[in-house]
Amino acid sequence: MSPWTASLPARKTPHESAPEGSRSGLLRLRLATVAALCLSAGVAMAQEPKIDPWPGLVTDIFHGRAITPHEGVVALDAPKRAEDAAIVPMTISLVEPALRAATLVIDENPMPMAAAFSFGEGAGVQKIETRVRVNSYTNVHVVGRTADGALHSVVKFVKASGGCSAPAIKDQDEAASNLGKMKYREFASENPALHEAQIMIRHPNNSGLQMDPITRAYIPAHYVDKVEVRQGDALIFSMEGGISLSEDPSFRFVYKPNGAKTIRVEAHDNEGGVFKGEWPIGGAS
Amino acid sequence: MLQRTIRQLAIAFFCLVTSAANSFELTEIAPGVFVHQGQMALMTRDNAGDIANLGAIVGEEAIAVIDTGGSRAEGEAFLAALQQRSTKPIRYVVDTHVHPDHIFGNIAFKGTGAVFVGHKNLPRAMATRGPHYLSSFRETMGDLVDDVILVPPSLTVERETILDLGGRQIVLKAWRTAHSDADLTVLDRRSGTLFAGDLLFLRHVPIIDGSLLGFLAVVDELRAIEAVRVVPGHGPAVAPWPQALDAQKAYLDHLTRDLRADVARGATLAESVKTAGRGERPAWLLFDDYHARNATAGFAELEWEAP
Repeated sequence: MSPWTASLPARKTPHESAPEGSRSGLLRLRLATVAALCLSAGVAMAQEPKIDPWPGLVTDIFHGRAITPHEGVVALDAPKRAEDAAIVPMTISLVEPALRAATLVIDENPMPMAAAFSFGEGAGVQKIETRVRVNSYTNVHVVGRTADGALHSVVKFVKASGGCSAPAIKDQDEAASNLGKMKYREFASENPALHEAQIMIRHPNNSGLQMDPITRAYIPAHYVDKVEVRQGDALIFSMEGGISLSEDPSFRFVYKPNGAKTIRVEAHDNEGGVFKGEWPIGGAS
Repeated sequence: MLQRTIRQLAIAFFCLVTSAANSFELTEIAPGVFVHQGQMALMTRDNAGDIANLGAIVGEEAIAVIDTGGSRAEGEAFLAALQQRSTKPIRYVVDTHVHPDHIFGNIAFKGTGAVFVGHKNLPRAMATRGPHYLSSFRETMGDLVDDVILVPPSLTVERETILDLGGRQIVLKAWRTAHSDADLTVLDRRSGTLFAGDLLFLRHVPIIDGSLLGFLAVVDELRAIEAVRVVPGHGPAVAPWPQALDAQKAYLDHLTRDLRADVARGATLAESVKTAGRGERPAWLLFDDYHARNATAGFAELEWEAP
């Protein structure tokens, strides 16, 4: 055992890069020292969103309609910190029974509208959990629409943890070979008037934002953009979504059974893929 | 007043920069086998990304480098330290997988004429994850990321490849998805030293960025490798083989057992992540930084097993 030491090359300090006393040099030095203090304090100041994208999103997604911040209509359960930024659970609870739609928006994501849910009349959806990718520190909004057309929002701040938790597929070969496989689960419910179930769809949900540095070509976006879940012929919910949904999209939901014998699911992706599944209702696992 | 504040800030900044210039230690653990032990920490500007164990094997004619560190600065320090120990040419730079703490230093070795080697999936993994790594690590690494250019391998390993360093053969083996989907190990036959990359963690909590079940299976397959010592991806520079696998195996088993029970009883992902595998906490460093992520990824994988 013979230890050996060598020094890391010294980093260029800001005052080497500009003549002392020059205005630009001073400015650069100040910026650098502020940045250094932020780092040394271990504070994520620089990572807070600088420009709030929400007003623009209200225009783009909700056509500028008035949205009332209101906890009593819709609720969002989101982790304060995204442990695996590629699989962040989000649970939307519908407090107001007449709620017709709920839209999940991840403000700082490249495609902020993660999922727009519409609920079947009489389906009695009370809760829906899905999983999303979170690209950076961000606000997450849920906007609920009541039967009278009014929009109500709730907001949570989510910190995406850094490190190697890339919003990327963990096993790319497996993702490709399992494309479109579905799974249905039903959970024991304490209230017989309500059912809880989960739909899972194998899909890589490629973002289309990743460029191959060798070919300089973008890897094509490939994602689930529409899902419809029915009991018999009656709609429980439909979803329109995009690349913010996690790989292998999952939806766990509580609904009111109408006596139908089967649950039917039809999912579409942006490349024309259609995936269908049908399972008997009543097999709680 | 302002001048004085700026001066104080400048001094603080200078101290920070100086502390980044850590010494780079390279230890000969067996004749011709060198290891640099990374810090047990997350990558920061302060440690210049120096958190992974790196290695080099010196043959009669040439050198193979195993992983290059978490920044160009660390890669350059590694190269300088290595050149002090041997004047032989670096013929190969082997990347054990795609994570930044192992490959950001590649660019420092670009000018040596070495052939870059990796798992058959490594070019794809670098292509799809690279841009994200370069942007996300800016948050903690700052301008150190400016100097990083990803260098993909030109020689890839489909299953097993033997490289000759002159009277010294090293066996490169590509594994199925486990820690990641591009894991590669390097065995130096002469000394019986296995470089496990991140297929082995010691003291540093294991990280699952591939497949929990795959990782468990690979741990058992690794046992069959005939070696006398191992260099883990994180942890002490060297450990006895194969006993070094035991603690990691216990962690992965424990987590799998808890997650399976949670999935079976219908727990949600958010619920399960709060409890599954928590009993392992006293055994590991950096547990709070990585465990919940492991549990999250493991849950999403294991729920496909349930009836």
